[in-house]
Amino acid sequence: MRALSHYLLLALLLVASPVHAQEFNEVQTAKSSIVFGYRQMNVPLTGTFSKFVIQAHFDPGKPAAAQVRIDIDLSSIDTGNSDADEEMPGKLWFNTQQFPTGQFVSSNIKALGGGRYEAQGKLTIKGKTLDVTAPFTFRQEGANAIFDGSFKLKRLDYAVGEGLWADIATVANEVSITFHFVASSKK
Amino acid sequence: MATPHRYTTSAIALHWMVAALIFCAFPLGLYMSDLKLSPLKLQLVSYHKWLGVTIFLLVLVRLVWRATHTPPALPASIAAWQQRAAHALHHLLYVLMLGIPGSGWLMSSAKGVPVVYLGLLKLPDLVGKNKALGNVLETLHASLNYTLLALVLLHIAAALKHQFVDRDDTLSRMLPFLERKP
Ligand code: HEM
Repeated sequence: MRALSHYLLLALLLVASPVHAQEFNEVQTAKSSIVFGYRQMNVPLTGTFSKFVIQAHFDPGKPAAAQVRIDIDLSSIDTGNSDADEEMPGKLWFNTQQFPTGQFVSSNIKALGGGRYEAQGKLTIKGKTLDVTAPFTFRQEGANAIFDGSFKLKRLDYAVGEGLWADIATVANEVSITFHFVASSKK
Repeated sequence: MATPHRYTTSAIALHWMVAALIFCAFPLGLYMSDLKLSPLKLQLVSYHKWLGVTIFLLVLVRLVWRATHTPPALPASIAAWQQRAAHALHHLLYVLMLGIPGSGWLMSSAKGVPVVYLGLLKLPDLVGKNKALGNVLETLHASLNYTLLALVLLHIAAALKHQFVDRDDTLSRMLPFLERKP
């Protein structure tokens, strides 16, 4: 009888204790978003990529072991303006015929403290691969993990907007990428 | 107090500034809206918006002038119905001079492109982003502009008729150097 109650107590403690080492590895794309912000004649505008695939595993306690790979279907761009949307797949912009996807592959993820992290990795767009660093926050909401972060890049580093569009006085060189990912744990 | 026989210098300056700016904004609007997307188009659309907002502000100043001054009387030789027609036309012109830039600003907001005056000052969005509304406002902006074109042609024709047919010193109220000495 005593042994049984001890056993029950132990079981209860196990259930009640916070779940350590939970790995989030299933991104819910429908709840996630990738938004880009840019300036056109100094007018702030935003757009989105609606199609992307994310493979990731992230354990907040073991960031060094975490990995993320994001594949973005660049033709899923929505600039908010139909003329611009028609222009984007063209050779001067993303040239999606030849380079249909943009890709981010993490190389190192580290904790900065206070729920903040930093992902370093390689971003490939239009055949050009460059190092980027994206700070992000992590929080848990029920069974889900929510990741929010942003970083800036220069579109001309990736030859996005060539020829007459290389004029950065009209369409600014700097582009901010803001991401919101919701992930759960695979059962 | 006798009413003056010409507009004040500030009213004259405002009238001709607004006229000159409309003569730029109108053809620019026609030209740019037919261009295919390019940096040049984006620049011209911005310049058009800046011109339009400038017109809007100057017309507000004109209305303040109008509210605080009595315009010079029209020559008594002009028939009463013609005087009434002239006043009605002037009122309509004021409505359009505010309504056209107003519809342009609304259109920009509805299309999700804020207006940044002179590339420096972001004006508030008047409505939320709404594609269908944006298209309606685009049509409205164009229709109001064609109405303005017709009324401005009438306005100019009337001014020329008074100057060269009636020879009654109407135009000199806005162009004092034309005044025929009595
Ligand atoms: C008195 C001032 C203005 C005049 C006379 C004017 C005149 C015009 C004209 C003639 C067009 C071409 C319409 C057509 O046939 O398609 C046009 C287009 C346009 N206007 Fe204005 N406009 C004025 C003010 C503004 C303002 C203040 C804005 C915005 C803040 C604006 C935004 C636009 C835009 C975006 C278009 C292009 C519509 C399109 O084709 O996409 N306009 N304007």
